[in-house]
Amino acid sequence: MNRIDAQFARLRQSKRAGLIPYITAGDPPLPRTHQLVLALERAGADLIELGIPFSDPLADGKTNQEAAERALRNGVTLHDVLTLVHNLRRFTQVPIVFFTYLNPVFRYGFARFADAAAEAGVDGVLTLDMPPEEAAPLKQELDRAGVHTIFLAAPTSSDERLRSIATVASGFIYYVCRTGVTGERDTVPPDLPDQVARIRRVSPLPVAVGFGVAGPAHVAAIAKYADAVVVGSAIVRRIAEGGDSDMMVHTVESFVQQLAQTLLSPPS
Amino acid sequence: MTNPPTNPYGDGHFGPYGGQYVPETLMSPLREVEEAFLTYYQDPSFQAELNRYLHDYVGRPTPLYHAQRLSAHVGGPQIYLKREDLAHTGAHKINNCIGQILLAIRMGKKRIIAETGAGQHGVATATVAALMGLECVIYMGEEDMARQAINVFRMRLLGAEVRPVSSGSRTLKDAMNEALRDWVTNVRTTHYILGTVGGPHPYPIMVREFQRVIGRETRQQILAQAGRLPDILVACVGGGSNSMGLFYDFLDQPHIRKIGVEAGGLAIEPGKHAARFADGQRGVFQGAQSYVLQDAAGQIMPTHSISAGLDYASVGPEHAWFHDTHIVEYTHASDAEALAAFQLLSRLEGIIPALESAHAIAEVLKHGPAWGRDKIVIINLSGRGDKDVDHARKFLLP
Repeated sequence: MNRIDAQFARLRQSKRAGLIPYITAGDPPLPRTHQLVLALERAGADLIELGIPFSDPLADGKTNQEAAERALRNGVTLHDVLTLVHNLRRFTQVPIVFFTYLNPVFRYGFARFADAAAEAGVDGVLTLDMPPEEAAPLKQELDRAGVHTIFLAAPTSSDERLRSIATVASGFIYYVCRTGVTGERDTVPPDLPDQVARIRRVSPLPVAVGFGVAGPAHVAAIAKYADAVVVGSAIVRRIAEGGDSDMMVHTVESFVQQLAQTLLSPPS
Repeated sequence: MTNPPTNPYGDGHFGPYGGQYVPETLMSPLREVEEAFLTYYQDPSFQAELNRYLHDYVGRPTPLYHAQRLSAHVGGPQIYLKREDLAHTGAHKINNCIGQILLAIRMGKKRIIAETGAGQHGVATATVAALMGLECVIYMGEEDMARQAINVFRMRLLGAEVRPVSSGSRTLKDAMNEALRDWVTNVRTTHYILGTVGGPHPYPIMVREFQRVIGRETRQQILAQAGRLPDILVACVGGGSNSMGLFYDFLDQPHIRKIGVEAGGLAIEPGKHAARFADGQRGVFQGAQSYVLQDAAGQIMPTHSISAGLDYASVGPEHAWFHDTHIVEYTHASDAEALAAFQLLSRLEGIIPALESAHAIAEVLKHGPAWGRDKIVIINLSGRGDKDVDHARKFLLP
């Protein structure tokens, strides 16, 4: 069974929403990224999203753009991140999802990538700039390799589009809870309950919600409606501030611990 | 899933190229743009309004000019220049902007955004936004703002807000990333006037349709002036809108050679040029599959050209298809060749061409002498060079 499916089954049993921290692989350098992934799991991460650095991240806000730039300056490639996951699998079985733009994967070759991802222990791939219409060639290879193809749903997605997303998605559906790029915001969008309900009407898959989630209060508010909450920029910002240091890992670990705590207490 | 509307202009795929490689948030707005284009482009009242603006405001038809001194200098074919430099705002970019702003108004959008490299598309967009009284934000790389300070001032004079882009290489591709980020954030109120035959569907076909007026006019004009169709068409290719506009209405004439000229920059070496067909591979970039200048890991390479309008890592997807199917020949001219052509046309014909267009002239200077005196060549003079005078001065002795 794919680790993502197993994890969501466990979460359902324990009747709580999961926490999905996002970090950019290679920011800080890969040995520290390795350490960070293990720290995230210790802190209570239920799944982990690893960003593949790309030169032109058009769906990302400033925080994640800068993280990608640092990772690229560190010379990190898709192949390096596959090796990272391969090495991590000796230490952890936490589900790992790649969060990527299509071109690095396209250049790697879809079949070669799917094989390498499965072999390394990647459980799902979310390609930000690959809507269902363009997904067939990559999805076919990922299906064959037993890796989930995860899709975005957006506030602007019509019911018709949600249905087409539901027919191709596996693992979970990632609901982008606001129109815009990644980055921390102050509020939870008021239409969130309705939007998640719209997705649930067309798909039995778990719904993860992300984009703009800043802290514990946000996580708690979203967890009432979602199966998992993704926190990205708020973590990446702390990584940027702390740099390549043990102190940074400690800071991020306690922040993620705080987020995870809010999901352990039963929703009020 | 219901079927998308049948699009008589194509579904946005050109062989393996094109498509809609964008985040989900943009899929509905792209559909909205496509539906508006399909609905209104064939509507006689839209066509009448478009043609009225093209005639009375843009100044179309632009002349086709027989450049006799240039022809004599080259010593080969008779050379004609399609004078897009004489269109309002000084380049062909306005053709597309007029078309898209008329669609934006029909879609009820109140706000216009665009990316710009050299500033020509930004100026054209700011112009049509002023004309229609819409709010306008132009994204421009900091590097390009420094290279094209006059155009920054022109855009501001026209009432647009010019937002500097400091991410990445601070050039056209980064401005386009930023425009897409803005569009993702403000999709409900905003129309994105993309300036070339690139990006996600429907832009490649929509911009092509709005630029086809160049070739349509050229065909009538050369028949009137020379009594026959040309033998060779030449145009520069950045994103590829002026060349597409010239070539498209001659596609039914396969014996007419069509030559697209990319920016050869300093040399065909990594980071020193923008000749995608010389050194690029298939890839997916900014919404479309096409030829892309990229490294072995799929990261987009920095590019270089003396002309900001050609300085871009990818090329319109229909051009990629025309390349593979040999419908169009693609070559490149270097910075130095373009600068020489820039000076030569100024002195021989009293026409200062845009550095972009100078690449097309450079190709004719290089190979024209071998083409035979009975041949007719048409060069798309896509823009005027006033904007480049300051930049060129740094390379040329007075």
